[in-house]
Amino acid sequence: MNYRISHRTRYQYSEPVALCQNIGRLFPASDPQQECRRTQFLIEPAPAAYREYTDYFGNHVCYFDIQQPHTELTVTTISDVVRHEGIAANPGVTERWENGLRQLRRGEDETSLELRQYILPSPLVPFLPAARTYARRHFVKDRPLYECVQALMAGIYTDFTYEPGFTDLATPLDEVLDHKRGVCQDFAHVGIACLRAMGFPARYVSGYIETIPPPGEEKLQGADASHAWFSAWIPEHGWMDFDPTNNSVPAAQHVTVAHGRDYSDVAPLKGVLVGGGEHELEVAVDMRRLDDEESGTQT
Amino acid sequence: MSATAEPPVPGLAWGEGRAGPYAEPPSGADEMWDTAAGKVRPGWLPVLESLSRIPAAELEKRRQDIRRELRQNGVTYNVHGDPKGLNRPWEMDPVPLVIHGAEWEQIETGLTQRAELLNLILRDLYGPRTLIRNRLLPPELVYAHHGFLRACDQLLLPGHHQLLLYAADLARGPDGRMWVISDRTQAPSGSGYALENRSCMARVLPHLFRECQVHRLGGFFQQLRETLLSAGSGLTHRDEPRIVLLTPGPLNETYFEHAYLAAHMGFTLVQGDDLTTRDGHVWLKTLDGLQPVEAILRRIDDPWCDPLELREESRLGITGLVEATRRNNVLIANPLGSSLLENPGMFPFLPGIARHFLGEDLRLPSAATWWCGHRKERDHVLANLSEMVIKPIHNQAQTVFGFRLSEAELEHWRRQIRKYPYLFVGQEHVGFSTTPTLIDGRLEPRRAVLRSFLVARNAGYAAMPGGLAHISLDPAAVSINSRTGGVSKDVWVISDEAEHFTPSWRRAQLVASQQPSSDSLPSRAAENLFWVGRYAERAEGSTRLLRAILQKLNERDEHAEAADAACLLSLLQALAIQTGNEIDTEFAELGLQDASQGHEAILKTAISVTRQGGLPDMLQRLLDASFAVRDLWSSDTWRVIDRIRQDLRELTTSPIDAISGIQSRLDDFITSLVAFTGLTMESMTHEHGWILLELGRRLERGTQIVTQVRACLVPGHGEIVEHLLLESLLSCNESLITHRRRYRSVLEMESVLELLLLDPTNPRSLIYQVEQLREQLADLPRDRPREKSREERLVLDAATTLELCEMEKLLRSEQLTGRHPALEELLDHVGARLSQVSDTLTERLFAHTAAVQQLVTTRTGEEL
Repeated sequence: MNYRISHRTRYQYSEPVALCQNIGRLFPASDPQQECRRTQFLIEPAPAAYREYTDYFGNHVCYFDIQQPHTELTVTTISDVVRHEGIAANPGVTERWENGLRQLRRGEDETSLELRQYILPSPLVPFLPAARTYARRHFVKDRPLYECVQALMAGIYTDFTYEPGFTDLATPLDEVLDHKRGVCQDFAHVGIACLRAMGFPARYVSGYIETIPPPGEEKLQGADASHAWFSAWIPEHGWMDFDPTNNSVPAAQHVTVAHGRDYSDVAPLKGVLVGGGEHELEVAVDMRRLDDEESGTQT
Repeated sequence: MSATAEPPVPGLAWGEGRAGPYAEPPSGADEMWDTAAGKVRPGWLPVLESLSRIPAAELEKRRQDIRRELRQNGVTYNVHGDPKGLNRPWEMDPVPLVIHGAEWEQIETGLTQRAELLNLILRDLYGPRTLIRNRLLPPELVYAHHGFLRACDQLLLPGHHQLLLYAADLARGPDGRMWVISDRTQAPSGSGYALENRSCMARVLPHLFRECQVHRLGGFFQQLRETLLSAGSGLTHRDEPRIVLLTPGPLNETYFEHAYLAAHMGFTLVQGDDLTTRDGHVWLKTLDGLQPVEAILRRIDDPWCDPLELREESRLGITGLVEATRRNNVLIANPLGSSLLENPGMFPFLPGIARHFLGEDLRLPSAATWWCGHRKERDHVLANLSEMVIKPIHNQAQTVFGFRLSEAELEHWRRQIRKYPYLFVGQEHVGFSTTPTLIDGRLEPRRAVLRSFLVARNAGYAAMPGGLAHISLDPAAVSINSRTGGVSKDVWVISDEAEHFTPSWRRAQLVASQQPSSDSLPSRAAENLFWVGRYAERAEGSTRLLRAILQKLNERDEHAEAADAACLLSLLQALAIQTGNEIDTEFAELGLQDASQGHEAILKTAISVTRQGGLPDMLQRLLDASFAVRDLWSSDTWRVIDRIRQDLRELTTSPIDAISGIQSRLDDFITSLVAFTGLTMESMTHEHGWILLELGRRLERGTQIVTQVRACLVPGHGEIVEHLLLESLLSCNESLITHRRRYRSVLEMESVLELLLLDPTNPRSLIYQVEQLREQLADLPRDRPREKSREERLVLDAATTLELCEMEKLLRSEQLTGRHPALEELLDHVGARLSQVSDTLTERLFAHTAAVQQLVTTRTGEEL
């Protein structure tokens, strides 16, 4: 599937900002599941300094600063992405989870040692005994690990209510777990906390999801959203994605931007600004399919 | 000299049945007394001999001298969370901790080996991380440690050294060897205190110091400077890189040391918002605009250094600092992320890593440590918890001693350890060695911990031959920490052979001559100097006015009562306005109806501790502002500041009941304040800093003259009252003698106004202040070089108004009221200009603390 994704973030300030310095993780990744063909990046007003680099997790990052006084900042990315369908689909029968856990614990190979950092608590995902209690019922004796994680994903989907505004960035995870309400970011964190509490490596994935309009209706511009889900390490298969918000295994309609231990590693746009007073924030995401001609791809 | 020789005995008891100077042998290992051999250890004898020649009473006196000396030099150690404890004086025992040269060599070799090892570990963990891959270090010790900054991954310094500074805390274990008990790798503190301790010892106990062959410390600081200079010089095209010392500010516990080292090394002392980053470079905000910075010696802990990429809530750091490092445009000593090595969990793995990297065994052992991330070790720690020292791997301040805990507390820690085993270590608790300490005129054994300092140099590391020791005065104490009220000691490495070193003071001078040039005066320092000038002048002026009021109060009964009362009221009015209030408000606050009984009450509030704008408040502000630019004062100036501090403390701790007792104290304050002003005039170079100080002083004095003359002479008074007021005004402004000499006549309004407002030769006149302002402002940078700045124009306006005024008009009074409207208009006009100058200066030059905020980020999925 070929997509053109545009993501625009606009800040309006009540007072001039004299200087702002920012870090963005806004470019879709290129990995075995997808290829980012091209990204157009627009910053208004124009930045005085701009640089791109790859971070610790392998994400594509940009740093920029704006040194002229401004009362409005607009950051827009327009990316063309080819999403390979089905690569991440069900790998069939996997190792029983008990064996998987044993392998990971005993593994002294480079990968196993590296993976240990995704079992440890991270800034937004502390170790929660309650998460273990919650997850335990999906880890039925002798069940293949992949099925356990799938059941966990379905469990979160069923038990948790999608309710924007109930949580914010400062809501601790145990509250989300308590009230079983939140948005995709919270659900991804819950999934991660559960897997880690069971002793499995898990990481956070940020990206986009295509929304399909109800039959007969035309899709609204900007109706798409940035999205988040989690990724679990399945021995012999590697990182596999799970979307608890939609109870789906990301296939053709998910596009990855970045991954990390939790949201704090992959915030799309961070910044420190001098001045500015009050602000208003507006974000619009649009993800539309390109026909073959537009995308220039061969199928 | 042999170990059996007995020194003469005047001060220290020494002889049969004793352990050297101790009354009885110490219970454990001791630095001075070798119990097994029954004799004094090498190195100590010359020190003990010298000490024993000092009579006991004299020794006690020297201890007092040390205390005074350290206090006068402003050596302090701040205590967090205790406003009263701020600026706690630093304490030093007069008996040094002695280490014999031969043993020191071994310690030094061990320390340099450990520094090199830690350097290689740091390079590896922020580079290829082979230590994890090769299973020499468990991944959790790195990945779960707060000091592992993922934003700083792969940010390696060019060259061999990643770890530029290193400090280790050492203590002698029961086996008689020195053990490392903790590593300090991000912003090691203490070297400045060690230097100050040393110079204090050399001043207070000169012969003791001279007679022993003590290794000097100067070379260490020279090496530190060279290391930073050479590391920074690759980053600039100028002759010399600009090096700044980054401090969290005057509230930090070791702020004294930051200021002291900055002054000693010739680095600019800065706080986070003195710096900014643009285009990936670091800049210093100065009066002349942004100046590039190539190297930062930091005293801010890792997580607080950059609110953009590290802890968002930090107000101490510099936005974009990580990015500047990423572009290799600035050198930070130590590099960001080096707190990863402050990790007792690494102790058990160091021997293996030493063999891996160096092919050597560890020369200095670490305290026996078990990392709970491994099951066997965890079980051992849990089973022996009540005898262990429990330490989290990343916050050494949270150390707890198992044997001090109740069963419930032990259970709490067991739960913590089971929950997060990889975050804890258990360390064996051993009684460290004791060292002779002066207690009530006798030498007694007290436990000691030694901090040693190292700095990178070409081929490896150089260790300071000495260091900083801390002892606990409590003989039963188990831990020693400057936070918990320990006393420090100088550390002497003593060789049998004379050492031909340049005396440290001479080297120190050489280094200190490289003062930061005036163009690098940070805006914040400029602002503080401006306020030092203002507060010093305001305190002095108010004190003089207080004194004049006091005089009037004392004379009250001898003369016509009504005239005196009226005069007093005018002076009190001036005082009230000058200190930021109105006399009517004062009366209202005091609940007074009748002015005549209120005088004393008002005078008392003027010196009361709680009153905003009162004398103590003003002096405290002066002290705070001076402390914020601690590095810019000469030691003589600092002594005067300390005297003001002492006097203020006395004033606030023993409040004045009787008005009569205040006179001499006011005199003392005036003397100190005048000395302060005089010293700054004579000992500061007349560069930007001095100009700011002078501007503050002139603005304040000008404002005071306006206030006083306006309060006293604008309203009409009878002849007698006017005469009394003229006299008081002249005396407050140090112009009475001049007036008598020059006019040889009775006091008249005309001659007094001339002298106080218009005489350009009188340094106490208004026009003199305005002229000084004009001169100083001309030397400050302008926005447009060929155009007068706004301040200059305002001052020019004030000057012109004064020059054009006509005395005849000023003297004209309204028939009914006797008021002087022209005088009022003149004073109001000039007063307004002066306050505008202050405002525009603040706006134009000191705008360094603009409000900073985080960009609010969106949450995923909540855009709509």
